[in-house]
Amino acid sequence: MRRIGAVALRELRSYFSTPVAYVFIVIFVAMSSALTFYVGGFLQRREATLEPFFMFHPWLYLLLIPAVSMRLWAEERKTGTIELLLTAPLTTAEAVVGKFLAAFAFVAVALAATLPMWVTVNILGSPDNGVIAGSYAGSLLMAGAFLAIGSCMSALTRNQVIAFILAATVCFLFTMSGLDLVLDAVRAVFPPVFADVVASLSFLSHFGSITKGVIELRDGVFFLSMIVFWLFATTVAVDLGKAR
Amino acid sequence: MRRGGKDESGLATDFPAITVRREAPVDAEATRKSFNEMSEMIVLDRLTKRFGALTAVDAVTMRVAKGEVLGFLGPNGAGKTTTMRMIAGFFEPTSGSAAVCGFDVVHAPIEVKRRIGYLPEGAPLYGDMRCDAFLEFAASIRGFSGAERRRRIDRVVEMVELGEVLARSIETLSKGFKRRVALAQALLHDPDVLILDEPTDGLDPNQKFHVREMIKAMAPTKAIVVSTHILEEVEAVCTRAAIIARGRLVADGTADSLLARLPHHNHIVVGVPQAEAPQAAALLRTLAAEDVAAAGGDVDGVATFSIAVDAIDGGLPAVAHHLKASGVTIERLYLERGRLDDVFRNLTLGADGEARP
Ligand SMILES: Nc1ncnc2c1ncn2[C@@H]1O[C@H](COP(=O)(O)OP(=O)(O)OP(=O)(O)O)[C@@H](O)[C@H]1O
Ligand SMILES: [Mg+2]
Repeated sequence: MRRIGAVALRELRSYFSTPVAYVFIVIFVAMSSALTFYVGGFLQRREATLEPFFMFHPWLYLLLIPAVSMRLWAEERKTGTIELLLTAPLTTAEAVVGKFLAAFAFVAVALAATLPMWVTVNILGSPDNGVIAGSYAGSLLMAGAFLAIGSCMSALTRNQVIAFILAATVCFLFTMSGLDLVLDAVRAVFPPVFADVVASLSFLSHFGSITKGVIELRDGVFFLSMIVFWLFATTVAVDLGKAR
Repeated sequence: MRRGGKDESGLATDFPAITVRREAPVDAEATRKSFNEMSEMIVLDRLTKRFGALTAVDAVTMRVAKGEVLGFLGPNGAGKTTTMRMIAGFFEPTSGSAAVCGFDVVHAPIEVKRRIGYLPEGAPLYGDMRCDAFLEFAASIRGFSGAERRRRIDRVVEMVELGEVLARSIETLSKGFKRRVALAQALLHDPDVLILDEPTDGLDPNQKFHVREMIKAMAPTKAIVVSTHILEEVEAVCTRAAIIARGRLVADGTADSLLARLPHHNHIVVGVPQAEAPQAAALLRTLAAEDVAAAGGDVDGVATFSIAVDAIDGGLPAVAHHLKASGVTIERLYLERGRLDDVFRNLTLGADGEARP
């Protein structure tokens, strides 16, 4: 546990060692609010809800999360520090979890920076704060799932740009799989069960039900199991990748 | 440098069939073989590593005991780094085994890593960290905290003389200081086994001397493996040398036993003016049990002879005495021990004289 903490702390420090981290947070807050007001029509709705705010999170994460996760392993491999990390007395899984937690904490900070939105909507009206709290939790979990995918993609290469593109692509597939556009295409080719499977893997549909106030255990479990699965895949990729 | 399935930027494509080796569920202590602390701190048994078609390390078998400093030599690409990476638990062996303090590197990797201090080749470091923050990280990851951590960091900072750069960001340090930071990291936990891949590369002569003294001072309580391309270093700090070429161990012994392989090891070399060569040859023939031929030929008017020291009763003083007595001018007279460089060349140059890239 302490070793995971040491890895996480080092990683988190390195996030904040450059201005990039602060720029990232500013961009996240600015874009999520801009989308809410201009595209989501927050004010025109005349109702106290943060749905137009959360609705854009999957799309924001699609671009921003790969930028957070791309360096996790690619950089270690490029600079060779992975050799220091993995010859220290900790398992690969501990290193993977430690790094993931750092990225997760970083995204949590960025998300927390949007809390003034919550305050604003309470000033303007009386929203269902339970739904908002659930949506924040759901958004954080979804970010975690995106990050876990990104961490795995980062472990596949030593080039951060490639890691970014791979992560964005895979995240895109997992987000899009909920759209009717995609599902119709799947239905046209495969038996209907496939469409159900594809739809059930969609981040969009799981997150959508959370933000609509349908807080169900299975959506949380979905994101959690996504995180576990992709972190496991990361561990395998790191172990296989270090010999080359 | 690295060749094989992957280039600088590309994806790792050719993953082998997925084998996930989890840590053995059994208690690590139970997997520990009984081992003789004095003779078997590191045991390599037919240790082999293949990268695709390339056999980088080929059935290397050796042991390192406590108190030994093993100099690990070999041309570029011989497999030194690959061997050390396997001992340190970074690469898994393709076949054969490596054990540290009785723990197998594959079955009890954590126990092995606890006991090893490892300086990787090229001393990779987190450039964006400050030197002190990095050492704190290295100490925390080894389970030290609070006052204990402080004490350990202070100790290594003093050992490798890092005090003046502690507050600096690692990427701004000179190459030699980076190497010292990496060395400090390897010494933090005062490990039983030290694996140092080219520890003195990039150090100034004073620091080279300092690091060698440090290694010598630590030697009695540890088993140490040092790879190097500086052969004087072997004679200066190592109790033993192992030479590896194309992945195979080609020699393993003390510096003296390696030198003994040279044809001219322990030969008395006599140099006299060309004009007096016949006289000297006649005299040497009477002294030596074997025939004495002019060895060096004529160089700047000096003829040299070379005679095995064992062949002469009384050795070098006897030769000096007789030459003087008969009035021959002595231009040169010394005992040739031979150089490790020559042993190294003889053992590592193939028939084609080419080392592996
Ligand atoms: N990750 C890798 N993938 C493929 N081939 C590798 C890899 N690492 C090393 N090799 C190859 O294995 C051989 C041994 O390399 P190694 O780094 O062990 O040599 P070395 O003895 O340390 O050389 P040097 O003196 O240059 O440091 C080389 O031919 C090298 O190209
Ligand atoms: Mg090497």
